[in-house]
Amino acid sequence: MEPIMAVVIGVIYAAAIYMMLRRSIVKLVIGLILISNAANLLIFATAGMTRDAPPLIPMNGDPLGDVIADPLPQALVLTAIVIAFGVLSFAVVLIRRACQIVGVDDLDQMKENDT
Amino acid sequence: MQIAVLAGFALAILVPFLSRWCGSRTGLVLALYPAAIACWLVSLAPQVLQSGGLYFEQAWAPSLGLSLSFWLDGLSLLFGLLISGIGTLIILYASGYLYNHPQLARFYVLILSFMSSMLGVVMADGLMTLFVFWELTSITSYLLIGFNHEDAAARKSALQGLLVTFTGGLALMSGLILLNVAGSSWSLQTLLSDGESLREHALYLPMLLCLLGGAFTKSAQFPFHFWLPNAMAAPTPVSAYLHSATMVKAGIYLMARLQPGLGGTEAWMTILCVIGAITMVVGAFLALRFTGIKKVLAYSTVMALGTLTMLLGIGGEAAMIAFVTFLTAHSLYKGALFMVAGALDHETGTKDIDEMGGLRRLMPITATCAFVAALSLGGVIPLFGFVAKELMFEAVLEAPRYTGFLIGMSLLASVLVVAAAGIVALRPFFGALKATPKTPHEAPLSMLAGPCVLAGLSLVLGFMPWLAGDGLLNAAAGAVMGAEVVTDLYLWHGLNTALMMSMISLGVGLLVCWRWPGVRGVIHRFSPVLDRGPEAGYWKLMDLLVRVAGWQTRLLQSGYMRNYLILTLLSFTGLTGYTLLVRHGPVFDLALDVRLQEVVVALVIAASAIVACMMRSRLAAVAAAGVMGFGIALIFLLFSAPDLAITQLLIETLTVILLILVLFRMPQFASLSTPMERVRDMFVAVMTGGLMTLLMLTVLGQDLFTSISEYMIDNSVPLGHGHNIVNVILVDFRALDTLGEIFVLSLAAIGVLAMLRLQAKERKMP
Amino acid sequence: MKTGTLILSVAARTLVPLQILFSLFLLLRGHDEPGGGFIAGLVVAGAFALHQFVNGPAATRRLLRVDPRDCVGFGLLLGVGSALPAWWQGEAFLTAQWWEVPGLGLKLSTPLIFDIGVYLVVLGAVLTAVITLSEVDKDEA
Repeated sequence: MEPIMAVVIGVIYAAAIYMMLRRSIVKLVIGLILISNAANLLIFATAGMTRDAPPLIPMNGDPLGDVIADPLPQALVLTAIVIAFGVLSFAVVLIRRACQIVGVDDLDQMKENDT
Repeated sequence: MQIAVLAGFALAILVPFLSRWCGSRTGLVLALYPAAIACWLVSLAPQVLQSGGLYFEQAWAPSLGLSLSFWLDGLSLLFGLLISGIGTLIILYASGYLYNHPQLARFYVLILSFMSSMLGVVMADGLMTLFVFWELTSITSYLLIGFNHEDAAARKSALQGLLVTFTGGLALMSGLILLNVAGSSWSLQTLLSDGESLREHALYLPMLLCLLGGAFTKSAQFPFHFWLPNAMAAPTPVSAYLHSATMVKAGIYLMARLQPGLGGTEAWMTILCVIGAITMVVGAFLALRFTGIKKVLAYSTVMALGTLTMLLGIGGEAAMIAFVTFLTAHSLYKGALFMVAGALDHETGTKDIDEMGGLRRLMPITATCAFVAALSLGGVIPLFGFVAKELMFEAVLEAPRYTGFLIGMSLLASVLVVAAAGIVALRPFFGALKATPKTPHEAPLSMLAGPCVLAGLSLVLGFMPWLAGDGLLNAAAGAVMGAEVVTDLYLWHGLNTALMMSMISLGVGLLVCWRWPGVRGVIHRFSPVLDRGPEAGYWKLMDLLVRVAGWQTRLLQSGYMRNYLILTLLSFTGLTGYTLLVRHGPVFDLALDVRLQEVVVALVIAASAIVACMMRSRLAAVAAAGVMGFGIALIFLLFSAPDLAITQLLIETLTVILLILVLFRMPQFASLSTPMERVRDMFVAVMTGGLMTLLMLTVLGQDLFTSISEYMIDNSVPLGHGHNIVNVILVDFRALDTLGEIFVLSLAAIGVLAMLRLQAKERKMP
Repeated sequence: MKTGTLILSVAARTLVPLQILFSLFLLLRGHDEPGGGFIAGLVVAGAFALHQFVNGPAATRRLLRVDPRDCVGFGLLLGVGSALPAWWQGEAFLTAQWWEVPGLGLKLSTPLIFDIGVYLVVLGAVLTAVITLSEVDKDEA
């Protein structure tokens, strides 16, 4: 599965960067969402993808199976998802404020109207 | 010894408090520090003279093999005594010169830090220790030159001094590192004991050039001499201390220190003799060009530094003895002369020699000191300067190479110096009394102590040179030679060639002094040529630097985020991709083990990402991004990450809420780019995405290191008392990370709040 | 600003309490089953966001009783505070401490306190953004 995920991740990265290069600032936000998802997926997939073996130790004391999913990247990605949301909320509010002050959505015009 | 050196820094920190407690007596209290150092050095002297050097060491950065090590031998002792002895007088002097100056405390802080750094330089054994203290002297010198920081010229001069010495400092560092490579040791002592292998090392010449680059800039050798006269913008105590007696001699010290290891070769002799001789004559010649008393003295210092360099270049026992004698004599008389100059400036309010005259009656003690010191500068019998000059001529006469050239140059230089000495010592004090901006009277006691002691020493040592010669100078000369030296100093050398040269220089020099205004007129005619000297080159270089900086800023800092992104991404893809292809090659492990539903989900994710880019409406784009997010949640669920799946689902929901709240108050998407731009952006995007795919495929094929997850899986229940390993990692094993992350989250929330609330407030205030 | 339709408001009336309850359940079982502070915090933040869409930000504030900002602060305090008992025991910062509540067989631990801290921070941060945004929107409208 990992090679397919590699291609998918590449596609998300490309889409994210294309969006971030647009002049419209709203598109930049969508690029931001895409790129953080791509990064999360990258960390998750690189560590290896395992089916049907969540990193949960059975409560009844049964031993674990031989192969279980790696819990460490999962913990990393979990916090990363939440942090990405925090950063996103900050970014959208910042952008909203910038748009209100400058009155345009275009990054190029924003630079020229530098206030 | 560390304590002795570092105490100055500690004391510097305490100065603000001290000056509050002690008021105007602060200077007196602070002068105890250099005085104590001087006493301590004197008490160590017998030990040093017998054993040939004391050694102190303390670990600094053991992992790099660096240690804070100090080494006290004859040469260090001589320098240390000059630094601490003159330092004591200077602090006393400054308390008079800068009496009631609002920033006197700052001056003390700087001068004490400088004193400590300078002691560090001359006692350092580790190469890096030396370098650190060396740079510290440059920095403190910068701050002291710019002491009157409200004066633009002072700031400019300070910066000039800093840039020149720092450039040299860089060269010095490269030189020291080469030295370490060649001799595989960080200790000067070890390195110098095996000079033979250093001199024959393939890196000898580059090493020598780098080290001399450092020494020449610091010691104001031609063509770097211009910063020193400009440094006279500093208050006079600073000029007396840093720019004549101590700091500028750091470069000389370095060369003397390295002489046993690197000296004596063809390259060493040629460079040092030629540069030294040129500096000597240029300095002495330029001294006659100016009427500012400090400028004249500064150029005569340049001349003395050139002489010292030349003597080191000549090598041999006679030259070494001449070197240490000249060094000591110069520190004594030049210190005294600068302090006299300061007293004149302080009492009359002018620095121009032409505006002074007949002060002999009003300032008799100052005049006497000036006279004695100037005689020593001119090398008149029976002063210590005469002994030094005799020795210098003798060494030059015995020089193994370039003898004729050196004799000519030194004769010319000493003629000019005699003239300079006359100008400084005679013109302000004799002749008719001239009206000055302030009514002059004798300087206060604190300002007289320094010149009196130093001039007195010049006189005493003139009659009894063996007082210094037998112990201290002997040991210092020996340290420079790297061998035992027998110094036998006496005043009268008999009627010989050296004496003849002395007499000639004295006579011609006095003649020049008498006809000085005429001579200056002649020199003035050459002004256009002189103004095109190395200093003009320095300013051209500075202009160029500023222009290049402006140009490249305009080029790189366009202010368009797009350009930054494209540049960053292209360099990233180019460099990483190149490395990947060259090092690894396109070899991937493409074993596929897939199920249909997984492929469908993957396709949905990829497709929705692309659709999000193509949508014209914001709602559609947000929806497509949302579909992608849910697809990713499904992937998490399919591949055993239930926690991630839940988190992702919840975040997707909240993201949509957030975007609805914000984005739909903003303008619609507009089509702003041209087709060309789109193609360019697509190219960058596809390149980066492709590289990420390649990178991931490469990483998948190899197991780089064992994961620490094993430990966490094994210990989750026994140590963490939890069955959900992910959660145990979050709140127990890696709780510190999580703590950091909730702090970030809080900061984001505060940022949002601040921005929105601020805006609400602004609106309320029309 | 009541944006809710009838269906939404009826759904919210049942869903919000359930979600809050569910989030507490997720929080407490998180150490052994999928769940934990992050997830539970997001669930409860979602619940309040839903409530706010139906009833407006002012009502949500009333329901919350505390300012979401204070939730962030208190959560951070709990997070940092849970690190301190280890010092008391002379162990490294943040080392987990476990105490058995006598008689009940319940276990109390610093990781649990820490997780509650995370829960509060997530809840507070998300709600700060969402509530403040809609308040500002209302001002502008």
